[in-house]
Amino acid sequence: MASQAPPPAIELVGISKRFGAVAANRDVSLVVARGSIHGIVGENGAGKSTLMSILYGFYEADSGEIRIAGVPRRIRASADAIAAGIGMVHQHFMLVETLSVAENVLLGAEGGPRLKGGLAQVRAGLARLSRDYGLAIDPDAIVGDLSVGLQQRVEILKALYRGAEILILDEPTAVLTPAEADQLFALLRALKAQGKTVILITHKLREIMDVTDRVSVMRRGEMVAHVATSETSPPALAEAMVGRRVLLRVEKPPREPGPPVLEAVGLSCRDARGTEVLLDVSLTLHAGEIVGVAGVAGNGQSELLEVLAGLIQPSRGVIRLDGRILTVADRHPARLRERGLMHIPEDRQRSGLVTAFSGAENAILGYQHDPVFGMGPFLSPARIEAHAREAFAAYDVRPPDPALKTAKFSGGNQQKIVLAREIEREPRVLLVGQPTRGVDIGAIEFIHRRLLALREAGVAILLVSVELEEVMALSDRILAMCGGRITGERAADAADERDLGLLMAGVTDEAA
Amino acid sequence: MSAAPIDLPRWADVALVPLVSVAAALLVAGLVVVGIGENPLEATALLLRGALGSAEGIGFTLYYATNFIFTGLAVAVAFHAGLFNIGGEGQATVAGICAAVACTALGSVPGFLAAPLAILAAAAGGALWAFIPGWLQAKRGSHVVITTIMLNFVAATLIVYLLREVIGKPGSMQPETPDFPTSAVLTPMHRLLAPLGINLPATPLNTSFLLALAALFAVWLLIWRTRLGYAIRTVGANPRAAAYAGISPAAVTMIAMTISGALAGGLAVNEALGVQHRLVLDFTAGYGFVGIAVALMGRGHPVGVGLAALLFGVLYQGGAELSFDKPTITRDMVVVIGGVLILFAGALDGLFRRLVASMLATGRTA
Repeated sequence: MASQAPPPAIELVGISKRFGAVAANRDVSLVVARGSIHGIVGENGAGKSTLMSILYGFYEADSGEIRIAGVPRRIRASADAIAAGIGMVHQHFMLVETLSVAENVLLGAEGGPRLKGGLAQVRAGLARLSRDYGLAIDPDAIVGDLSVGLQQRVEILKALYRGAEILILDEPTAVLTPAEADQLFALLRALKAQGKTVILITHKLREIMDVTDRVSVMRRGEMVAHVATSETSPPALAEAMVGRRVLLRVEKPPREPGPPVLEAVGLSCRDARGTEVLLDVSLTLHAGEIVGVAGVAGNGQSELLEVLAGLIQPSRGVIRLDGRILTVADRHPARLRERGLMHIPEDRQRSGLVTAFSGAENAILGYQHDPVFGMGPFLSPARIEAHAREAFAAYDVRPPDPALKTAKFSGGNQQKIVLAREIEREPRVLLVGQPTRGVDIGAIEFIHRRLLALREAGVAILLVSVELEEVMALSDRILAMCGGRITGERAADAADERDLGLLMAGVTDEAA
Repeated sequence: MSAAPIDLPRWADVALVPLVSVAAALLVAGLVVVGIGENPLEATALLLRGALGSAEGIGFTLYYATNFIFTGLAVAVAFHAGLFNIGGEGQATVAGICAAVACTALGSVPGFLAAPLAILAAAAGGALWAFIPGWLQAKRGSHVVITTIMLNFVAATLIVYLLREVIGKPGSMQPETPDFPTSAVLTPMHRLLAPLGINLPATPLNTSFLLALAALFAVWLLIWRTRLGYAIRTVGANPRAAAYAGISPAAVTMIAMTISGALAGGLAVNEALGVQHRLVLDFTAGYGFVGIAVALMGRGHPVGVGLAALLFGVLYQGGAELSFDKPTITRDMVVVIGGVLILFAGALDGLFRRLVASMLATGRTA
């Protein structure tokens, strides 16, 4: 007699998927119990996203079987996944910002050209869902006006409205404040209590420990571990992800900061629509000091970096480099580089690299006028390649092939190419945006060590990161930003996460 | 979801895909030939013999190819900067006007200077006509696709006005200029090579062909071996990264368009200074547009552009011979075949990329 235990919500058996020569998933199996929260961790390129894309019908597996609630299913499009009761909340929301919440929920379930069922039905459904799960939301609010946390809630509502029994969340906390993340986790626990199944993809080990029941670890396209969360620890998970022991936190020796190098006073800046995205920001960077900027993505940190790097012009305010005010002509990326102000941009693929170029060509981006690389108007491929060979060796870029197209390097190695390019020229001021975004754990350690070595060498560093842990680990001082303003400053050793979280949410010292 | 970009090995990208495209185009063209009751193999043989079977045929083929090299390079250079210059016709027209104006002023200039000055005038005219859309895009955000094609119409009207009212041959009913001074026109190849003991039949092929070959090399040098070329490619591939690197996308847009227009001016050099020895209406004859197909087929690389230009030269010359020999295959039929080729090599390129990629993938796993 078979036992009457309910079949698992999801069973993946022997899933394999190749993209050309790359095996993104190799014989991957996964069992997710009904009514549980299941974490999936792994470095970038470990195959988590591919696996979830197969489950959600974006790709079809080359081989293997998907069973939903014990029934084998072919999922060839997202419509099949939705019909099978699977909902997905993407890292980048799939919402129409100009439509209302109810209209967004209706999207894809319109019931024909005349919106049969229509908005009235959606309203009733939303009312029921908010009663069941405590997901209060105004159905008539325009999505673009909602906070990021509420937009995410709309995504979850969309999935639930379509009858999802299984909810996949891809890096859901990347855009949330710590408080919003806590709310999300409370919601996930409520969903679990109602018997829903949740798959949480994240690289933040703390979240895995906080909220999941079981966790599966992927490495290089394979499943390397399935464990109960209560029986593991962050270092054990990190080791399983990387395949060797890693230091999650690098040592930061104490250091007295030197004289001020870069000063900004009263910087304000408007975006293309005329909205003030930076408001009266003042800061000072000293030699041999790392100043961290903590904040939820989209609160003016990007604009702060771009203004300081000369990429956009401030509407008000003054920037001083070595005590001298920078004129409009000075505030040009090329002029600033000449004066020792280097910039590692937040989004390396969109700004810091030309992914269609070879690694060697990217290693000279911004320095293409350096006479070292050729005579007069000409560039010498041999010199460019020799330069890259040296830089790649020094920064352990893998593979160390200067001719390889940059898009084919992993995120971590792309970041090392940018890092090598900006650091090797001995900057005096370094602006760093999201240095470890999309970078695997092994490379994170390497990058953190390099930044601390620069600090030791007397470089003034401004570090912008949405990873609060990273900001706290590396900085000497921490500035919190919210809504384009600096909402507070803390010495790193006096800062705690809860306190910074409040500042990041706009609760300033005066108001508190 | 959108189609993922298809990555192919370099040899497949530059050689295999264009070859498959051409083969498919010839197959479809062959079906059309069958449809009108002719033997496609015989037609192909006639076409190839007409284009390559005699010194005269080769001369004509290379003369056509000269036009396609210039217009193809013009499109290719702009393309590297992320710009789609479809105004080759208008730029060549203005180049012709400038060359004609220069020629009227060059009667008294020593012979060895007259031709180079006339060529420079043509290049400057083309450059000016392409700089305008470049400036408009860089400073005003007007898209070059719109402005270049609109300026084609302006140039077409301008040349009619000028030929009728200003620089036309006095007393002539034809919209054309008087003949250029002989010192300003380019030497035909058969006359150039005759003193060396090489006797060629008289064809329109002239020294502009050598200029076109030099342009192929110069463009390769510019795009892949200079700091400016690096800046052009950076702006074309990722304007944000260019701004980050201190490269001004606006400046590069204007420079690339100017170079592109100067290259399109080569069409006027070949046609007006090299062959007609005067400026006539409609001398651009659609070569500017075919240049788009040449550049697409040649993947923007000078070697590819050279080969694609040669292919279209064969098609033009062989097609002319074919329609002469086979009255059922009219000149229009040849245009259809050219159109099919452009369609397959340019627009339907992605079709074969996918096919080739999956064939290569199965080949590797097998």
